[in-house]
Amino acid sequence: MKRRKLIRFLFHFVFLVLTLAWVYPLIWTVSSSLKTNREMFSGSVKLFPDKFEWSFLLPSNWGQLEEILQFDNYSRAWYIANFSQYFINTLLFTFAVVIIVITLCALTGYVLGRYDFPGKFLIMGAIIATMFIPAGYTIIPLWQLINALGLGKSMAGLVLAEAGGTHVLYILLFTAFFSRIPKELEEASQIDGAGFVRTFFTIMLPLAKPVIATTFILQFINSWNSFFVPLVFTIHRPDLRTLGVGMYSFVEDNSSDLAAMAAGATISFIPIVVIFLIFQKYFVDGIAGSVKG
Amino acid sequence: MISKSTISEQKLVSNELERKTRKKSGLKRKHYMWCYLFLAPQIILYLTFTLWPIIGSYYFAFFNWNGIGWPTEIVGWENFVEVLKDSYFWNAFKNSFVYTFFLVIIVVPTSLIVALILNSPKLYGAAFFRTLFFLPVVLTMSIVGIIMQNMFAFEGGFMNEILLSMNIIDDPINWLGGPNLAMTSVVIVGVWKGFGIKVIYWLAGLQTLPKDIYEAAKIDGANLIQQFVYITVPLLIPFLIVITFFQTVWAFNVFDLVKTFTNGGPLFGTDMVPLYIYRYAFEMDGGLPRMGFASAAGIVYGMATMVITLILGALVRKYGKNRY
Repeated sequence: MKRRKLIRFLFHFVFLVLTLAWVYPLIWTVSSSLKTNREMFSGSVKLFPDKFEWSFLLPSNWGQLEEILQFDNYSRAWYIANFSQYFINTLLFTFAVVIIVITLCALTGYVLGRYDFPGKFLIMGAIIATMFIPAGYTIIPLWQLINALGLGKSMAGLVLAEAGGTHVLYILLFTAFFSRIPKELEEASQIDGAGFVRTFFTIMLPLAKPVIATTFILQFINSWNSFFVPLVFTIHRPDLRTLGVGMYSFVEDNSSDLAAMAAGATISFIPIVVIFLIFQKYFVDGIAGSVKG
Repeated sequence: MISKSTISEQKLVSNELERKTRKKSGLKRKHYMWCYLFLAPQIILYLTFTLWPIIGSYYFAFFNWNGIGWPTEIVGWENFVEVLKDSYFWNAFKNSFVYTFFLVIIVVPTSLIVALILNSPKLYGAAFFRTLFFLPVVLTMSIVGIIMQNMFAFEGGFMNEILLSMNIIDDPINWLGGPNLAMTSVVIVGVWKGFGIKVIYWLAGLQTLPKDIYEAAKIDGANLIQQFVYITVPLLIPFLIVITFFQTVWAFNVFDLVKTFTNGGPLFGTDMVPLYIYRYAFEMDGGLPRMGFASAAGIVYGMATMVITLILGALVRKYGKNRY
C-alpha cells in the first residue's frame, strides 16, 4: 500500500514538472521582460535577474525591486515601440468584432431556432454549405470588396473583414439553445402584451447568457490573436496595427532589443490569459460542444 | 346527457381551435416580417462576405491582375499552368503535407494519453493541469512564433540548454539553421500550440463513455488495458475522426506560425502554401502584386486539401450516425 502511495506521489511530481516545462516559454517571456538585454544574451535560461534574491520579495524590501527588475523594458515597449497604440487598436478591434458577431448570431439563431417561415431551409442550408464549399484564397476578393467600399484604410474595414461572413458554429449554438426554450414562455409574454422584438430582448436574450458567454470568449480569443487579416489590412496603415502585427514589425526593425520584445509579448498575453481564466468554463464547454455536436 | 354535453364541448373546442389558428396565421404573417428583418443583416453579410469571396477566389484566378481596380486582362488557364509548373509551389505543397502529417500523427495519440491521465479520478488537481496544458492555445500565434525564435536559438536557447543539461546531446543543435531541423522545430511548436484543444476534445469524448460498461467488464475480469482496447477505443472512434479532421484542417492552413517563426526559411525548407500564396498577393518585393496568380494557387491548394478533408468529412458523417 505504501509503495502504491509513493508511485502515485512520484507520478504527480513528474507530471507537474512536465506541465511546468510545457508552459516554460510563457514563464521565460515574463522573466525576460524584467531583465536587461545584456543578461538575456548571456544565457537566457535563468528565470531571475542576476541580482535577484528572494529576500527582495519581503514587503520591506519592495523599494529595491525597481532597481533589480527592469520595468524600464515596459516603458520602452509601451511608449517607444508603440505598444500603447497597438494595445488600444487591439482592444477596439476585438470588442467591435465580438459585439457584431454576437448580435448577428443571436438574431439569426433566434429566428432559425424558434420560427417557421418560407425559405428557412434554404437559409439554413446556405449557412451550413459554406463549411463544405472548397474556397480558394478568399482574402483577395475580401480585400477588393473592402477597398471598393472605401474602407480599405480604416479600422471599420479591418473590423468588417474579420467580423463579416458566417460564423456557423455560433449560429448553431444559438439555434440549438433557442429551440429548446419552452413555447409557454413566449405565449406568456405575448399575453402580457410583449411583441416579437420585446420578447426577444427582454425574455429570450437574457436567457441565452451561457451561449453569449461562450460566443464571447471564443470570438474574443480569436480576434485578439488574429494575425492574417490585420496583417493584410494594415499594410498601408502602420498606426492601425494590432498587437500581433505590431510585435512582428517591431522585431523586424529592432531585433536586438529582446527585453522590450518580451515586455511587449507580456503586455499582449496578460489580457488574453486573464479573460481565459475567468471564462474558462464557457470556453471549454464551447469547444467541447463543437466536437460533440 | 353525457354524449350531448361532450358534443357541445367538442364543438366549443373546435371553435376555439379555429379561432386560435386564424389568429395564429395573422400573427404568423407578422412574424414572417420580423423573421426576415432579424435575418437581414446576416443575409447581407453572407452574400457579401461569405459567398462573394468564395466566388471571387475562383473568378480572379483567370486574370492577370495587380490588385488595383477591377481585373480586365483575362488570361484563361495560364495562371493555373504556371502554378503547376512552379517547383517552389510543389516545394511548399510538400512541406505543408509533411507538416500536417507529422502534426496529426504526433498530436492525436499523445493528446489522448494526456486526456486519459487528466480524466483519471486518481489525479489530484486535474483542473490545474488542464489549464496549464491549455494555456498555449490562447496565446497569440504570431507572438509565439517570435518567442520561439529565442527558445530555439543556437546559443542559450531553451531547447539546447535543456537537452545539454540532460546530456541528451553533447553539442548545441542549430535548430533553425538547416531546412530539415527547421521543419522539425516548426512541427514541435505546432504540436505545442494546438495540443491543449485536442486534449479538451478527447476529454469531452471520454465524458460520454457509459460507466456501466466498465463495471460489467470489471466483473467479467477485464484488466485496465483490455478495457481500454476493447471498450474505450471503439467508443472513441467517432471522436478520433473528428479530432483528426480538425487537426488536419488546422495544420493545412498554418500561416501565422511559419510567417513569424521561420518566414519559410532557411532555403524554403519551411515554406508552406499559405505563405507562398501570401508572398505573391501582398509581398512582392520590388514588383507588382500578382493577385490572379495567387488566386490560382489558392484554388489548386484548396482542391488538393479538399480531397483529404472530404474523405475525413465522409468518415465523420458515417461514424457520427452510429454514435453510441
